[in-house]
Amino acid sequence: MNFDRITEKLEILADAAKYDVSCSSSGAKRNNQNKGLGNSTGMGICHSYTEDGRCVSLLKILLTNHCIYDCAYCVTRKSNDIKRAAFTVQEVVDLTINFYRRNYIEGLFLSSGIFKDADFTMERLVLVAKKLRLEENFNGYIHLKSIPGASDELMKEAGLYADRLSINLELPTEKGLKLLAPDKNREDMIKPMNYVKNEIIVFKEEKKLFRNTPKFAPAGQSTQLIIGATQENDLEIIQTADSFYKNYQLKRVYYSGYVPIADDARLPSLQSKVPMVRENRLYQADWLMRFYGFKADEILDPNLPFLDLDVDPKLSWALRNQHVFPIDIQKADFEMILRVPGIGVKSAWKIIEARRFSHLNETHLKKLGVALNRAKYFISYGLHFGNLKFLNNSNLKQFILGNTKSKYQDQYNAQLALF
Amino acid sequence: MNILLYDHTFEGFLTAVFEAYEFKLKQVKIVKEALQTEQLFAQTRKVFTQAPKAERVYQKLKSLIGDLGLHRMLYTFLSEDEDLETHLWAVVQYALNNPKRNIIQDFSHPSVLKLSQYAQMVHREKHRMEAFVRFRLTLDNIYYAEIEPDFNVLPVIAKHFKDRYQDQKWMIFDQKRTYGIYYDLHKVELVEMKFANHLNKQEGLEMLVKDEKLYQHLWQTYFKKTTIQARKNSRLHIQHVPKRYWKYLTEKFPV
Repeated sequence: MNFDRITEKLEILADAAKYDVSCSSSGAKRNNQNKGLGNSTGMGICHSYTEDGRCVSLLKILLTNHCIYDCAYCVTRKSNDIKRAAFTVQEVVDLTINFYRRNYIEGLFLSSGIFKDADFTMERLVLVAKKLRLEENFNGYIHLKSIPGASDELMKEAGLYADRLSINLELPTEKGLKLLAPDKNREDMIKPMNYVKNEIIVFKEEKKLFRNTPKFAPAGQSTQLIIGATQENDLEIIQTADSFYKNYQLKRVYYSGYVPIADDARLPSLQSKVPMVRENRLYQADWLMRFYGFKADEILDPNLPFLDLDVDPKLSWALRNQHVFPIDIQKADFEMILRVPGIGVKSAWKIIEARRFSHLNETHLKKLGVALNRAKYFISYGLHFGNLKFLNNSNLKQFILGNTKSKYQDQYNAQLALF
Repeated sequence: MNILLYDHTFEGFLTAVFEAYEFKLKQVKIVKEALQTEQLFAQTRKVFTQAPKAERVYQKLKSLIGDLGLHRMLYTFLSEDEDLETHLWAVVQYALNNPKRNIIQDFSHPSVLKLSQYAQMVHREKHRMEAFVRFRLTLDNIYYAEIEPDFNVLPVIAKHFKDRYQDQKWMIFDQKRTYGIYYDLHKVELVEMKFANHLNKQEGLEMLVKDEKLYQHLWQTYFKKTTIQARKNSRLHIQHVPKRYWKYLTEKFPV
């Protein structure tokens, strides 16, 4: 290998791939058989963390940053004057294997700019995965990007070798996509996604009949939305996410705060800050939909389509719905306990378990891991309790915020000052 | 008080438990041999590790507190905390005094709770080591790594690495406890060595294959390039990768 050249390629192609957020390496089980390389137990491992605090679990690179498209939000867009490079299939295989053997990574996340056409690009991505699985007997994690417009045959092959397939919707609305990526259309993105969804269903059916049906994308599909590049409100974003969770059975939707990279009138200026708090609140809303039984239109209503930056969406919901509280912790349903700010899924289960043995009080809840600084205003213990007198108070939000301090305080204060 | 001295092994500890009951000793304290201090009004006796006795205690405990309980006891043992024998002994007694129920989830008992906390601590360190081990390829074709874990986790990470790296020889060496585990393509063995420090110093580099430095460089390049500068958050970075581990992390080597 020519290491100087490889180093240069890696610099360019890792740099271009870093805006893809997904780094999960969990959810796929592959046992090492016949003295092969690698073993996936279904539990991901973060081997390191970047200086921005994100997990490094996979070798995340582009095959090439040559691209025929000109999407305004993307660093590798055609019109951008940057250094271009391309790995050969063998180079990616060698890098992955050598990094994996040194325990640097859990596997490979391979994406690519689109050169020539969709199928030509997809074919090469699939080839890398195929080589790793068949020639190197590699059982680590492989995440491939589905290229919009790729044919069903290639998607089928991709699913046989990869653990996860993903296709980035990039912009939450079609309107936004038209504005910033005029060459792309959403149809082309949805088609492969839909195909993979159906294949996964077929696989699950066949698996019931034949034990050794070959695996098909065992870690499912995911997608990514860019936040703050266009004018969408948070309600539109979570409605998009919600519909994709429902219709395409995605494992995850990732939200990526737009990092200004281009001087373009259609985009926020180069000086604008990455909307990190907003991104964080969207993830919280996403969790509420997936694990807490909230519906998209409960989290936000059309009249107030943006998430509060100063309180999390669950507390925000509780403040808007003070009439359902207080909740009697001794008697309430699991679903209602989940809705109390400061109580997570784990502590909700523990409450259900523990209340069979004893009458719970504040000390118990603290030990179970409940964040009482928020929860105490919304629960009763079957008796009169002091903190509840604040519940009907119109200043409850200020009251709760006055007793807590957020590490983001400076950020949203600055943003609020705009209004 | 009766002080039982044992040889720092888990089997030794179980033998001590056996003898405490065998000789109907009152007010027992089980202590590591090396930590022995002269006590004025105490009876001291040395326990000689015997596999059959240890095995009987093991089976008894298994029937009382199950695999989960034994798992917690073993992890507690690996934590190397100086009070661990006190808590283990308390839990053993509690279990034997309550043969009708499994006490291992009874967190109202302070030592039972303590055991689960020890186990959690050791488990976290185990997971960290599965992530933070960095192999370097040496001239004799062995992938070699050094670590300094907070707890003695080598025995519990061996399986993970054996399952994963079946077609390469590897060795993980614990610098703090000066022993390692070595996989020779067939089985994992414990190895004790005094060669220590070698690879860590600059003069050790000639023991590495030619490409090794280059792959390390590639990894450092990747690590640097995958960071988004506009989102830098050093506090979070250090929280995830505490500084005490940096010494052995390739991506954190000074360039």
